[in-house]
Amino acid sequence: MDAYIYPLMGGLIIGLSTAAYLLLTGKVVGISGILAQALFSKERLLPVIFIAGLIIGGSAYGVLIEPSVPFPELRNPLLLIVSGLLVGYGTRMGSGCTSGHGVCGLSRLSPRSLVATVIFMATAILTVFLTK
Amino acid sequence: MIALVTFLTGLLFGLGLAVSEMTNPAIVLGFLDIFGNWNPSLVFVMGGAVAIGMLGYVIRNRRTKPWLADKWYVPTRRDIDKNLIIGSAMFGIGWGLSGYCPGPGLTALTNNPAEAVYFVGALIAGAGLFHFQNHRKNS
Repeated sequence: MDAYIYPLMGGLIIGLSTAAYLLLTGKVVGISGILAQALFSKERLLPVIFIAGLIIGGSAYGVLIEPSVPFPELRNPLLLIVSGLLVGYGTRMGSGCTSGHGVCGLSRLSPRSLVATVIFMATAILTVFLTK
Repeated sequence: MIALVTFLTGLLFGLGLAVSEMTNPAIVLGFLDIFGNWNPSLVFVMGGAVAIGMLGYVIRNRRTKPWLADKWYVPTRRDIDKNLIIGSAMFGIGWGLSGYCPGPGLTALTNNPAEAVYFVGALIAGAGLFHFQNHRKNS
């Protein structure tokens, strides 16, 4: 039971943050887009503030929230670099990631986000299947 | 005020990732491993987030503008183009290799810095490569 309660609670908290942000600021929460703005746009302050909050909030893991599975030991750096390059390039080319397409896009039933989510889920599942 | 809301949104989003354990790539890989020892937790994370997100759009559709801004900045494109398909496929392959998508990758900077330096460095390089390629093309 616990195995589902925490994911559901976490999901509700994520939904609350995206819904509140939408109604207050008019914008969607897309982490890949916000990161790109923090790095490459002229208006960096707000995206940088967002990412600082994200990292601080995520730091609750292991401090307030006990991991049920340990973090992976450092894996092959080359694997992490190839993964990061694909995620960085792919999310910009595809205009979004798990948050922008997966959460915010599906919440408003966007056809682009539905297609993107089906594709990145399917390719990720296939990748795990082939590399395991 | 906008700065405070932006900070709290990031904080809450990060906390949601932590509570749902999406900050840990081992859990995410367990979800993606549907043909193995499947961990369904991401279904509940997405379900909870989308349910509240939909409620947000129901309220939005009854309002002419946001509380703290003059207009909505919600994406309006509906076309399915090549970039969307290829980009999303590249993202999925990268996500499946490590279990990190952008949010959990960034939170790993404090949770698992030994891995995050490689992943986040490459994440920024990949995003930058696309940005500068297209910046040049458009100018």
